Amino acid sequence: MPTVPATLASPALVLRACGVSRRYAGVQALDGVSVEIRAGEVLAVVGENGAGKSTLMKIIGGIVAPSAGHLEEIGADGAARVMRLRGAAEAARAGIALVHQEVNLAEDLDLTGVVLLGGEIHKMGWLDRAAMDARARVALLRVGLEMDPRTVCGSLPIAARQLVEIARALATNARVLVLDEPTSSLSSHETDRLLRILGELRRDGVAVVFVSHRLDEVMRIADRVIVLRDGKLRGELHRGAWSRAEIERLMVGREVPARQPLVQVADAPVRLELREVVTRHRRQRPVSLSVRRGEIVALAGLVGAGRTELLAAIAGCSLHDGTVMLDGAAVPAGCPARVRHGIAMLPEDRARDGLLYEESAGRNISLAWIGVRSYFGLVRRRAEAAMVDEAIARTQLRPAQAQRLVRTLSGGNQQKAILGRLLGISPKVLLLDEPTRGVDVGARAEIHEAIRGAAAGGAAVLVASSEMEEVLLLAHRIVVLHDGAIVGELSASAATEEAILRLATGGARGAAEAA
Amino acid sequence: MRKQWGLLAVFFGVALVASVFGSNFLSGYNLENLTNRTALFSILALGAGIVIAVGGIDLSIGSVVCLCGIATPWLLVEHGWPAWQVVPVVLGMAAAIGLMHGLLITKLRLQPFLVTLCGLLLYRGLARWVTGDQSQGFAGEFDGLRSLALGRIPVPFIEGYRIPATVIPLAVLAVGTSLVLTRTVWGRWLLATGSNESAARISGVPTQRLTIAAYVACSLLAGLGGMLFIFDIGSAQPSDFGNFYELYAIAAAVLGGCSLRGGRASVGGIVLGTATLQVLRNAIILLGLSSQLEFAVIGAVLLLGMTADELLLRWRERRAERRAPSG
Repeated sequence: MPTVPATLASPALVLRACGVSRRYAGVQALDGVSVEIRAGEVLAVVGENGAGKSTLMKIIGGIVAPSAGHLEEIGADGAARVMRLRGAAEAARAGIALVHQEVNLAEDLDLTGVVLLGGEIHKMGWLDRAAMDARARVALLRVGLEMDPRTVCGSLPIAARQLVEIARALATNARVLVLDEPTSSLSSHETDRLLRILGELRRDGVAVVFVSHRLDEVMRIADRVIVLRDGKLRGELHRGAWSRAEIERLMVGREVPARQPLVQVADAPVRLELREVVTRHRRQRPVSLSVRRGEIVALAGLVGAGRTELLAAIAGCSLHDGTVMLDGAAVPAGCPARVRHGIAMLPEDRARDGLLYEESAGRNISLAWIGVRSYFGLVRRRAEAAMVDEAIARTQLRPAQAQRLVRTLSGGNQQKAILGRLLGISPKVLLLDEPTRGVDVGARAEIHEAIRGAAAGGAAVLVASSEMEEVLLLAHRIVVLHDGAIVGELSASAATEEAILRLATGGARGAAEAA
Repeated sequence: MRKQWGLLAVFFGVALVASVFGSNFLSGYNLENLTNRTALFSILALGAGIVIAVGGIDLSIGSVVCLCGIATPWLLVEHGWPAWQVVPVVLGMAAAIGLMHGLLITKLRLQPFLVTLCGLLLYRGLARWVTGDQSQGFAGEFDGLRSLALGRIPVPFIEGYRIPATVIPLAVLAVGTSLVLTRTVWGRWLLATGSNESAARISGVPTQRLTIAAYVACSLLAGLGGMLFIFDIGSAQPSDFGNFYELYAIAAAVLGGCSLRGGRASVGGIVLGTATLQVLRNAIILLGLSSQLEFAVIGAVLLLGMTADELLLRWRERRAERRAPSG
């Protein structure tokens, strides 16, 4: 492994992708992309969902073979050698480590087991636990985790698991570290920590390649940005010579719609009212809150503040104490009853709790609808088809084909399918848990438009979001949670990112309670 | 549909081999027999298919067949109960077994594999104990009741082949199940629960009730099947009656396109899967292979079939990939 000095005028080329393409079942995911990867440099890859970012990462990580083009390894002497990687293990031997978009650590293993998975230290098959623990501890320290390596992985929060994944990559002595959307499930200060660690790795001479939807962090950490759209490389920009507007223009290829003026709702009747609701969140305190017809209320807070638990309780998915009132009457418990009353939820994890993966978009969309609008148990198929078409139009789902399998859609369009499902029952209360997580800029605007449309139709909307931009863009009112309790409330006009963050981190609880 | 075409090819392939090399395969008597056994096993396989579609598994089918099948002549002959009482009592017992499975699986969140594995042991043990492990039969009586399975309906203009009466309940059940699965809210909900229970629940589907209903349906069909089996064969030993029937039922359902991951079911596929297994068993006997080889042959053919199917699918996907226009 060539050692690279920490300070280097022109970072050394270590890996080159030469015109790589990949086609999946008739879809050209990646089309002739060439990119150079340099030691001691952070390369950001941006683009909308379906632009080919993940595919490029998988090719570099050896998980997917390119259907055309190839990878070249650049030796210490500067000579290029063509690489044919078959699987992550071969990539690891070549010094390339991929950290996946979804954190999938073996939950039952301890940290040592995870960090050294596939690279166990053994003597004739017998594990050398002491040596393994020591090596794991070093790798964990490099990512800022000072932890007992015997901690069971499943007990860690998502943010820490992400770091464990990176530690695992480092334990293989990776020269190239590839991260596919590492920050999508992190809160803002966890993101800060991750970016700091990436900066340290860069200083150590690691070539860092990372995918992100968040341009703020890209512009903060990256030395170079490449923009993909529809599988093609659309531009390469260097630090100091880029602007946010230009990156966005390259990503979207069309204008992003501007902020819509909010509809006034101050006089509208209260639609949803929570009275002393206590969920199963470990530190939940009673929450009382009311949302008017047509009002969009954002729930802000850090990961673990209890937003997801609160939404799940309102949706009837988990038990709670206290009362949920709809239009002045208490609603019975249980998901089926709540959905019948018009309370619909978009879950945080769409793959786990949202999609029927092997079904068509149409079947996914009509799922909630058929229960509410059946004719003595018979599915009214013509009405169903009409409802599905309407939902596809309202959410601007693309491609607008009801028969298309939902798993072949991009993340943003999958999210639109679930949103279309909820809109199909004309919900009185719409609960949205991270509605635009892992969704690109264009689709995000369209999802926002559909949410505003539902509110305009009289729904009370509660949105939990970690994206400050989204919270400020969408909501009439922002309710901040910290450690299972409401710590403050801000109107859209008075809210700033700093004010929300101060409340969310528990900084201004006294002030908020006094107010 | 993809799976069913492959299955249809296997069905006709085996039938062709059996009719060329086995002299009696196409005889009216043999075909009648095959139809009868296919109908009986299809009833069990329908139940297995429903449970598999909802994402579960039922290993107790064979033991429920045994318990219900044995209980029928035992109550009729040994205890002298009238038939109009015996039939609802036995079917009620089957439904109660299914209800118990469903409640244990949904309310206590026990694993379906374990619950029904315990059932497999429990019901057979009960059947053997209650009857003192003695063979139960109709002692030459109850011909009226037994004609539900033994009856034969002549087909006009065709000599030597009559349709077995067991085809009637199968036809009713198959059409009914198919309609429920494709046309009703409950069918949609059942499949949605099987493909993603969490998503279905959040979308307002009463997933627990559907899961329970699926297990009740499965045990009820097994109980009904048990009765028809005993009507057909006349007498049976509690120690071996219905042994391995759950495996025939599950294998037929999976062959017929039900995914063990849940969310998929095809009634036509289930019946075709059962027919394929029965033709295969029949072929082994007619070709003069040792009957001890039966399980080995069935296992090998199933494995080959599934492997060929998977390879064919991959080949097609790759071809589709290559043919697709670029850009």
